[in-house]
Amino acid sequence: MVSRMLSEQDISALIITLKLAGISTLILLIIGTPVAWWLSQTKNRFKFFFEAIIALPLVLPPTVLGFYLLIALGPNGPIGGLMQWLGGQPLAFTFTGLIIGSVFYSMPFVIQPLQSAFNSIGKRPLEAAATLRAGPLDRFFSVTVPLAQSGFLTAIVLGFAHTIGEFGVVLMIGGNIPGQTQVLSIAIYDHVEALEYSKAHWLSGGLLVLSFLMLLSVYALNRRFSALIRN
Amino acid sequence: MSISLKFYLARPDFTLNVDLDISSQGVTALFGDSGCGKTTLLRTIAGLEPCPDGFLRIEDTIWQDNTHFVPTDKRALGYVFQEASLFEHLNVLKNIRYGYSRVPEKERSIALEQAIELLDIEPLLYRKTSQLSGGERQRVAIARALASSPEILLMDEPLSALDLKRKREIMPFLESMHDSLSIPVIYVSHAAGEIARLADHLVLMEQGKNIASGALDTMLTRLDLPLAHGDKAAALIHARVAEHDPDFAVTYLDFYGGRFTVAHKELPINHPVRLQVIARDVSITLEHQTGTSILNIFPAKVDSISPEEKAQVMVRLLINNVPILSRITRKSASILDLKPGKNVYAQVKSVALLL
Repeated sequence: MVSRMLSEQDISALIITLKLAGISTLILLIIGTPVAWWLSQTKNRFKFFFEAIIALPLVLPPTVLGFYLLIALGPNGPIGGLMQWLGGQPLAFTFTGLIIGSVFYSMPFVIQPLQSAFNSIGKRPLEAAATLRAGPLDRFFSVTVPLAQSGFLTAIVLGFAHTIGEFGVVLMIGGNIPGQTQVLSIAIYDHVEALEYSKAHWLSGGLLVLSFLMLLSVYALNRRFSALIRN
Repeated sequence: MSISLKFYLARPDFTLNVDLDISSQGVTALFGDSGCGKTTLLRTIAGLEPCPDGFLRIEDTIWQDNTHFVPTDKRALGYVFQEASLFEHLNVLKNIRYGYSRVPEKERSIALEQAIELLDIEPLLYRKTSQLSGGERQRVAIARALASSPEILLMDEPLSALDLKRKREIMPFLESMHDSLSIPVIYVSHAAGEIARLADHLVLMEQGKNIASGALDTMLTRLDLPLAHGDKAAALIHARVAEHDPDFAVTYLDFYGGRFTVAHKELPINHPVRLQVIARDVSITLEHQTGTSILNIFPAKVDSISPEEKAQVMVRLLINNVPILSRITRKSASILDLKPGKNVYAQVKSVALLL
């Protein structure tokens, strides 16, 4: 039944997409949390400059971002060249390359909710924790993280969902290699190109439902979190 | 033993310039108008407000000098903020345990149960912080600070965000804390009433500077300070319950200068009390009046006189070295020919029991 709706290639595209979104989101959390924290605390006067850079993928056509990444990751680019010099492969048209692209592309969707969650906590709970003998790292994990819970949830879901939906960046640096770098959004495009509308329907519909369910859970959980704190 | 501090902090709109030695016994009140730097000073003591040019020693421990700065989380202090600032994601018990569990077992001087009992938190333990009233929140905040076994407790107007009813609800807890714990407390307030009830020492602040400090009863009657002027000027007298007279339903209170007679108070013999004597309730006579309804009459000596408004003067009297204030008209002072050193009688029309 499933195999009639989805070809083997579609299934591998689905797996690659989920893997890509999962790994990218994880990396974004690891990189994005300290960056968002720094942005929420710093009084550096160039803060606006960093904020603008992080927000760039929101307005830039994905093909532009993809184009520059392709050059950077390719054999003649700084990153690809470095990889080659170290004895590895250039990163263009690889899964690793896709992850790097996704991390840049979804950066604002993870950092911005975290930053605003950190901002809304304010200084006071952390000062209170400091007077109760909690060191800086302890304060972050025992006070900031639980109070920013809903910000983390939003960041995770938006980062994940946005990566699933990416097209332009992937197309530019992924190369659409089935089983390696072909993701769902491009598989759909291929099906439409080949006039396989029913297959495109299945994938598109699935993606629509998945995205909707993810957003639904964010909003429902956020409501519960704020209710938890209010009552 | 004492607390010694020296801070200089220049801001565009404000300068903190404080050089102080505070007794490490009892409650020291930082008193002054809002904006005088009380809170900034308290935050500086806690290490929450960086002040590179400063010195701070608590008993034997130096928390800050030219070369050292102990960060807030390494200072054995308790801090009670103006708003309770409880952790919203933790219930009451976990809030109280937060500091407690971070203090090494050997350094604990206050048991968790003791903090809970002292502020009567038992019935609230498993509530969420959002289910507490303002007074309850502040009690939890105080218990949380105490449970971290502080060597000094810093309180920043802990009652100011509460209405009168809640204030009355918390006051007894603060008073019992004062009686049962030996931790030094620095208490910031601009409410003279709270200070009269709680403080032992007073630091008077004005525009970022400490302008005077000393024992509370002395400070309240110093005519060179603003506290001893105006309509609300009052002296504080420490006394003890001497005996009860059930026939007249009165209680006798002894102090160094004599014995007060007040309406019956249900207090054990020898219980310490604070008496507040408002300056305008004290009149002066040259002879001991006999045909009068006033019970509390004491021989006194005029210590000093200072003009008030056009028509009034403030007279500082000593009843066997216990100072009280009397606010009378300039005309009366002239008729009685009051001068420092003159022997008179102080008639106290009414007296308020604070404790």
